[in-house]
Amino acid sequence: MAQIVGAIATSHIPAIGKAIAEKKQNDPYWKPFFDGYDKAIAWLRQARPDVVVMIYNDHGLNFFLDKMPTFAVGAAAQYRSEDEGWGLPVQSSFPGDADLSWHVIESLVADEFDIVSCQDMAVDHGFTVPMTLMFPDAGGKWPVKTLPVSINTVQHPLPSPARCWKLGRAIGRAIESYPKDLRVVVFGTGGLSHQLDGTRAGFINKKFDLYCLETIVKDPEAFSKLSVVDLVREAGAQGVEFLNWIAMRGTLLGSVSKIHSNYHIPISNTAGATLVLENRAAVQTQAA
Amino acid sequence: MQHHDIPGTVVFDGTQAQKGYALNAMCYSFNAAANRDAFTRDEDAYCAKFGLNEEQRAAIRERNVLKLLAAGGNVYYLAKFAGILKLNVQDIGAQQTGMTVDAFKDMLAAAGRQ
Ligand SMILES: [Fe+2]
Repeated sequence: MAQIVGAIATSHIPAIGKAIAEKKQNDPYWKPFFDGYDKAIAWLRQARPDVVVMIYNDHGLNFFLDKMPTFAVGAAAQYRSEDEGWGLPVQSSFPGDADLSWHVIESLVADEFDIVSCQDMAVDHGFTVPMTLMFPDAGGKWPVKTLPVSINTVQHPLPSPARCWKLGRAIGRAIESYPKDLRVVVFGTGGLSHQLDGTRAGFINKKFDLYCLETIVKDPEAFSKLSVVDLVREAGAQGVEFLNWIAMRGTLLGSVSKIHSNYHIPISNTAGATLVLENRAAVQTQAA
Repeated sequence: MQHHDIPGTVVFDGTQAQKGYALNAMCYSFNAAANRDAFTRDEDAYCAKFGLNEEQRAAIRERNVLKLLAAGGNVYYLAKFAGILKLNVQDIGAQQTGMTVDAFKDMLAAAGRQ
C-alpha cells in the first residue's frame, strides 16, 4: 500500500526561485533563509519519496477568473512550467502519475469532495519554487512523480480552514488506500504572513506565524475554528495561503512528530518559513 | 463577502471580480511574452482590445496600483503588469503605502525584530 511518510511546508515566494537561479544562497540577505533548508533537504533525501503531492495555489497561470475551481487535482502524465510574466526561469516539466491521480480523484469524489480534474495543467511558482528548493540537485531531472492539488486563494469565497482540513483528511485516506507500494511526501506551500495589496501592503504578523508553526504540529484542528476573514486579518490578504498548510497537515493520519522548522523575516514582502513533519502510520506501530 | 473591518485591505470577492474582469483578463494575457510586447508597442490598442473602461484605462496609464485595485484589479494579475514595468513587490508596496522603497524594506525587516 502507498504510505505518506511525512510532509513539508514551505514558502513559495518567487524571489526564492530567482535567488536559486542566480546562486545567491550565500548572500547575507539569503543565507539565514537557505540555511533553514539543509535539514529539510536531508530529511527528504532519507525519506526516499516516490511521489510528491503538492498542495498549493495557482496565482494566475493555469486558472483565470473565467473558471475558478475551489479545489483542482492534476491528472496528467506531465505538468508544465511556464512564463509567469515577471522573469522566473521556466523549469523542465514535472512527471505526473496519472494512475495515482485517478485513484485520488475517485476516492475524493466518493468522499463528497467534488473536485475539478485537470488533464492539462501548467504549474506556477506555488509548485515550482518548492520543487527547486527541496530538490536542489535535480538539474531538470525530477527524481519523483508529482500530484498537484490546487486550492483557490485568489477569488473569495475561499474554502474555510475547516474545509481544507477535511480535504486533507480525504486526500490522506485516498493515498493510503492506493494498492501500490509508494512512499509519498505531501507538500503544503505558501505563506506565512504577507500582504501585497492595499495600504496595508507589507503587513507581517510574527506573533500569529509563530502560533501557526507551533499549533499546526500539536493541535491542527484548532484552525478549524477560524474563518477566512480571521486569516486575512491575522496573516494578511495573501497569508491566506496558510490554507495549503492546513490541508497538508490534514493528510497525515498517523502519529506526527516535528523534525525541523525555520522562520525568517523578511523574504521579499513575506515571512519565510519551512516545517518538516514525520508521519508514522498507525498500522505500522501496531505491527511493531 | 462576509463583512470585515480590516484596514487597508480590499477582499477580492465576486463584486471585485465582476468589476475587474476586463482589466484582469488583460493582465492575465501578460503571461505570454508576445502579449507583453504587443502592449508595449501600442498600449492604447492593447487596452481597447480587452475593453477596459475609463477608470481602468486611466489607472493603467498612471501605473497607479491603488487605483488599479479600486478598478477591480487583483494583485496576482496586476503583478504581471508590474513585471512589464520591471517593478517588484517592494516597489508596488512602497507606491501603495506612500513610502520610499528603502523605508518600505526597513518596515519589512522591522517586523522580524518584534
Ligand atoms: Fe503565493
